[in-house]
Amino acid sequence: MVLKIFFPQCCNRADSGLLVGRWVSGHDSAVVLAVIHYPFIPGQVKQYIQQLQAQSGVELSVLGSWSLPKEGQEGLESFIRDLSTIFPQEPWLQISRQVGKTGFTCEVLGRDQIGKAAQQEEEEDEEKVIFVHYEQMKVMLSQLHPIESQNPDNRSEPPSELRQMFQTVARSELLFFLDRYDDGPLKSTHWQSEGREASIIVELLKRASVPLCVFISWLLSVWTWFCNIRIFSVFPLSFLSSKLSTCVQLNYRTEHLRTLSSPRAAEGHMEFMRKANILVSVLVDVALGVLLMSWLYRDENISTLAHTLVPAADHVARQLEELLQWLMGAPAGLKMNRALDQVLGRFFLYHIHLWISYIHLMAPFIEGILWYGGLSACLGLTFALSLLSDMVALFTFHIYCFYVYGARLYCLKIYGLSSLWRLFRGKKWNVLRQRVDSCSYDLDQLFIGTLLFTVLLFLLPTTALYYLVFTLLRLVVVLFQGVLHLIVDFINSFPLFSVGLWVCRSYRLAEGVKFRVLCDEPGTALHLLMEMNPLRFGSVLQTYRTATYSCYPKDSWGALVRKLFIGELVFPWRHKTTKTD
Amino acid sequence: MEDEAFTDISGKPITLDCQSHSSFCREFTVSSPKVSIGKVMVYTCSVWLVAYSVFFFTQNTAVLSSAIIVTLVGMMLYIHFVKVDHESLLVIGSLGLQVSSTYASGREVTTFIEMDKIRDIVINEAIYMHQIIYYLCVLMKDQSEPNGVSGVVPLFQSSKPRLSCLVKVYKSCQEVVSRCQ
Repeated sequence: MVLKIFFPQCCNRADSGLLVGRWVSGHDSAVVLAVIHYPFIPGQVKQYIQQLQAQSGVELSVLGSWSLPKEGQEGLESFIRDLSTIFPQEPWLQISRQVGKTGFTCEVLGRDQIGKAAQQEEEEDEEKVIFVHYEQMKVMLSQLHPIESQNPDNRSEPPSELRQMFQTVARSELLFFLDRYDDGPLKSTHWQSEGREASIIVELLKRASVPLCVFISWLLSVWTWFCNIRIFSVFPLSFLSSKLSTCVQLNYRTEHLRTLSSPRAAEGHMEFMRKANILVSVLVDVALGVLLMSWLYRDENISTLAHTLVPAADHVARQLEELLQWLMGAPAGLKMNRALDQVLGRFFLYHIHLWISYIHLMAPFIEGILWYGGLSACLGLTFALSLLSDMVALFTFHIYCFYVYGARLYCLKIYGLSSLWRLFRGKKWNVLRQRVDSCSYDLDQLFIGTLLFTVLLFLLPTTALYYLVFTLLRLVVVLFQGVLHLIVDFINSFPLFSVGLWVCRSYRLAEGVKFRVLCDEPGTALHLLMEMNPLRFGSVLQTYRTATYSCYPKDSWGALVRKLFIGELVFPWRHKTTKTD
Repeated sequence: MEDEAFTDISGKPITLDCQSHSSFCREFTVSSPKVSIGKVMVYTCSVWLVAYSVFFFTQNTAVLSSAIIVTLVGMMLYIHFVKVDHESLLVIGSLGLQVSSTYASGREVTTFIEMDKIRDIVINEAIYMHQIIYYLCVLMKDQSEPNGVSGVVPLFQSSKPRLSCLVKVYKSCQEVVSRCQ
């Protein structure tokens, strides 16, 4: 079998000493984590390793010896070779390197060979060893995707060799705390042996975050108490609050803040990324909202907006009136049924007149409403957009009403027509069997049925035209609201922190590894360089997207067209519960 | 290191390069023919002739500049995303298999498959209309079934070498994989 030794690049020039690492069970490979230098006392080394094993939970052991002979250290070789007796282990590795040569030589001593004089191993054993060089910092910080669940009971088979290697390095963080400025008895070489790096800003933020979390959770508890007051559970208010997108967005953000302000540190990679993404999303949201506010509240923009709104509403109403007048005449050359036309047209005209008086009534308050509504942007751009969407829904309420009236009328007509058509052919809908059966009607039933059928058929174009016009108007409004909701959804769910990590530190999100063969000399062992293979952008988005409330229609396109054709009411979005990917 | 000339399934010449780094580590590189300058010139000239004739009738200079931009952007996208320069297979006994394709612009896309997940490497045949195409593929192990195959990863998808080339690669791979299992 081929023996694989994962060797850190930082130890390539380390002084001679002992190799500390872990044997990966079942795979014939060893992960070297650090080199402990001469001089050392073997008892202290054993104690140190046992202490680390207890603290970190990784099965550390002394794997073998490493020798990079320098001048004046000839006696070291035999000393280090004799150490194999003190640390009885499974195969004892003796890795040595000559200054100036790039290749390593490795001798593997089995259990029965420990203690005997170093024998000349056969040439072919040298070739049965692979050295895989890895960069320790990158392997320690990176996370292999797809991420497996942390619970070991759920997994059906043991993790693969590479995953075990990554986990070993990641969990051995304590081993890397000993740097060369420590005054302890042992000196080791690993990626942090030149000195541990830390950032003052990060440490300060960590300290400051604790009281901040406490404060935010207190605020949230006050807010939750306020929301749970009994008056809000009364029917109209609870119905409204589930329909208004502002309330939904408020609830959503409250959940996020609750996740953020929990005092427990994030355990596991996914939870950490989720918290970071939520934090960055909230900050970006608030920043964009403040930007919007700074534009809105300067140069009298609000009063300009308010003064254009009322004339715009008047203009829309006038256009609608003209449209109705056109429909009441002979639209597109079609000849309408005069009586029905007049009835429907007058009904809708009166409705528009009511709406315009309502707008004029509200005109003096619009500026105030806009001013206070703009304040909501300080909570975030998403709130401002949700408020805008709600206001659009409120101001186009009459279009919604028209659509409902037209749709109901049309729907009734279509049902009547289909049922009377069946009567015309001598069939009937069997409710019990849910199918069409033949039926023998009396003569007077047939007579009245045929009469009604012709009446409804000739009135169909008029109703259909009104229905078409108002459905189109409603769809335009729905489209506009849909765009707003899409933007809000995008800001809510885009994992900005993960994308930033992918751009700046792409080794932290690894899809896998890639190997490169380092130039080797024939006759020596094979040397490979292991590098991180970064995740693709699409996978980053898919893995780290924040779950959001769904605002997509639950009907497919085909079902939507069918509903429109029959006249069933179309509700473009129903807020489902939080969609989890 | 040997370099031999083979053909792919449409008859275009390709080269196979076998490198043996050690007794259990081998690398195979299949190189496709490069972008020919003649074809590039023909496409560019035809696009610009069409653009010039449209300009002649409409006298709108935007047509010319848009033709230039379209040609440049199209060429850049082609060499970065479409044209594969060479594909390589690195077999490391008892560690795994690395499959990588390099595009004409130098971009490399690499996948590493661990030895634990590989059931076998075989030459499979596919029937496409009137042709039978041979391709080399890796059979992946299925966790639930001991003798099942959970997926197939085809190798050398862009260069599509013929059977003679595949047989050579197959024999070499099997030596390494069987020795280390």
